[in-house]
Amino acid sequence: MPSQFFIPDPEGQTPSPEGYFGAFGGKFIPEALVAAVDEVAVEYDKAKHDPEFAKELDDLLVHYTGRPSSLTEVPRFAEHAGGARIFLKREDLNHTGSHKINNVLGQALLTRRMGKTRVIAETGAGQHGVATATACALFGLDCTIYMGEIDTQRQALNVARMRMLGAEVIAVKSGSRTLKDAINEAFRDWVANVDHTHYLFGTVAGPHPFPAMVRDFHRVIGVEARRQLLERAGRLPDAAVACVGGGSNAIGLFHAFIPDADVRLIGCEPAGHGVETGEHAATLTAGEPGILHGSRSYVLQDDEGQITEPYSISAGLDYPGIGPEHSYLKDSGRGEYRAITDDAAMQALRLLSRTEGIIPAIESAHALAGALEVGKELGRDGLIVVNLSGRGDKDMDTAARYFGLYDTDAEVAADADTDTAEIEGDAK
Amino acid sequence: MSGNIELLGDTLAAAQAEGRAALIAYLPAGFPTVDGGIEAIKAVIDGGADVVEVGLPHSDPVLDGPVIQTADDIALRGGVKIADVMRTVREAHAATGKPILVMTYWNPIDRYGVERFTAELAEAGGAGCILPDLPVQESALWREHAEKHGLATVFVVAPSSKDERLAQITAAGSGFVYAASLMGVTGTRATVSSQAQGLVERTRATRADLPVCVGLGVSNATQAAEVAGFADGVIVGSAFVKAMLDAPDDAAGLEAVRALAGDLAKGVRRQA
Repeated sequence: MPSQFFIPDPEGQTPSPEGYFGAFGGKFIPEALVAAVDEVAVEYDKAKHDPEFAKELDDLLVHYTGRPSSLTEVPRFAEHAGGARIFLKREDLNHTGSHKINNVLGQALLTRRMGKTRVIAETGAGQHGVATATACALFGLDCTIYMGEIDTQRQALNVARMRMLGAEVIAVKSGSRTLKDAINEAFRDWVANVDHTHYLFGTVAGPHPFPAMVRDFHRVIGVEARRQLLERAGRLPDAAVACVGGGSNAIGLFHAFIPDADVRLIGCEPAGHGVETGEHAATLTAGEPGILHGSRSYVLQDDEGQITEPYSISAGLDYPGIGPEHSYLKDSGRGEYRAITDDAAMQALRLLSRTEGIIPAIESAHALAGALEVGKELGRDGLIVVNLSGRGDKDMDTAARYFGLYDTDAEVAADADTDTAEIEGDAK
Repeated sequence: MSGNIELLGDTLAAAQAEGRAALIAYLPAGFPTVDGGIEAIKAVIDGGADVVEVGLPHSDPVLDGPVIQTADDIALRGGVKIADVMRTVREAHAATGKPILVMTYWNPIDRYGVERFTAELAEAGGAGCILPDLPVQESALWREHAEKHGLATVFVVAPSSKDERLAQITAAGSGFVYAASLMGVTGTRATVSSQAQGLVERTRATRADLPVCVGLGVSNATQAAEVAGFADGVIVGSAFVKAMLDAPDDAAGLEAVRALAGDLAKGVRRQA
């Protein structure tokens, strides 16, 4: 029986043998990693065609992760989006609280097949780190997670979760002390320990085969959403909307819709304080093609190829690169990418919380803010699916500071009432 | 104007004719300043280095350990530009007559423009480039321009490289091959990896006329002598950078690298 939840790309949508999506992708890696990366490619290719692998992964995705994930219509939220219908693909309801587990379980099975005993990973918001630490606990693998020092502070809850799960968390103090630097440090570890260590890369960037493989593990998001929408709304959406940092949840949602030419694929990048301020991580909006972390893609860089420091309130989107398939979708025109500011994302976070009782991750809130814009553009007949890629528990400290929700803030209660009134007022 | 690929070949051949390994030093441009970096190169050559690799600092030095990361960071915060790297190559070569290579990551060159970079490097008197994150299968464009401008393309091989891969790399490379003595990033190590000699032998077996030089973790005369026993050249980087970082002032740093180069130069002539 074919797999229900592990649905790799059909023939015709694969990258070239060298790992290129058009002009983007490839394998820009040190010689020391060539053998290991090739091994991942070979092992993944075998696994992809092995019914035993599909069965094992399906089993985990159903009984451990909780797939399929729900599709929730959010009418009260949608009132603020010009009346378009909005459905959320609830990846936040997966075990560990985000889409990341889809990829992690697949790669953890591969790790076991390769006979490796140790896993390393990078993490920004901590969601990939938590998912990886979870899988390592489940499979009995040693686990080391690299996380930028700034991110260990703003996502302290996830650091505690990873340690609770038995992982070693290393705070990276180099460079901008965020996701990019965590990846640098993970690569350094991998070069030195590659004989027994798998680098469980968390997004659709990096050297081939990671962009295609990680996408395949997340492809289930769009496949399910497409089927669920046809059942529930009776038609395909006008737009599929997702946030993009490295791009894994977005490609997971988009991919099954690529052949549906009338479905717009809209990625929401972090504009931080505004693209014009220079303090942002809107790679596709403001970057130029270059090489970062093993592949050619859009990159935030200066005229001499130095990577510039990104900024976003969201640790998971605070990255100066992007998966090569997104660069390809952008240049081919199939994908649309827009930039969402910190403030717009935070307002959307609160709006969804108060209108629907769902607290999204700050990452996913960028997609929600994008959906509010797109909904207004589409009008009342619009139908939008948004990937709610993660839940917001981890972000409560950031959100509490942003909105002044702590008891020490005397005006909290009064503010809250006013704000709700404003939100309701907006809808009219 | 053509680059100095031939000077590099002649220099390595001359060392071989003397029955010794060549000493190849690495120092980042712009560290501690552009002028200070040029003085440091002159000092290591004065101390006995045969060839110098000038690092073009990168914001994301994925293959470098903490010592070179620190130096790169100092150089970048000091505002080092590719024009400064070219000036470093030009002045170091003009003052010493030795072959000077550039070592960097691929993105700065990709962004700057391969033709522009190779033309300027050749014009400055450079001898070639080492690009550790540009694997051979992605290197065709680079090699076309490097060859046109008389620049060597030095590839890195690793203990994990399979024999058929070594053959591809040595067929495409020129100048010499950089054999990484161990699996890891740059930095000083207490002992020379046991994997190094085997890698040199496997690399030589694929092409006899391309010198094989060993780097990563070599930091003192004893290690240099050991490596010189089986390799055509000994590459030392982090130990020089560390000597400068540890020195109380720039003048003491220059003396320290000159003295270290002197020790290492004796080491490559001793052969353990």
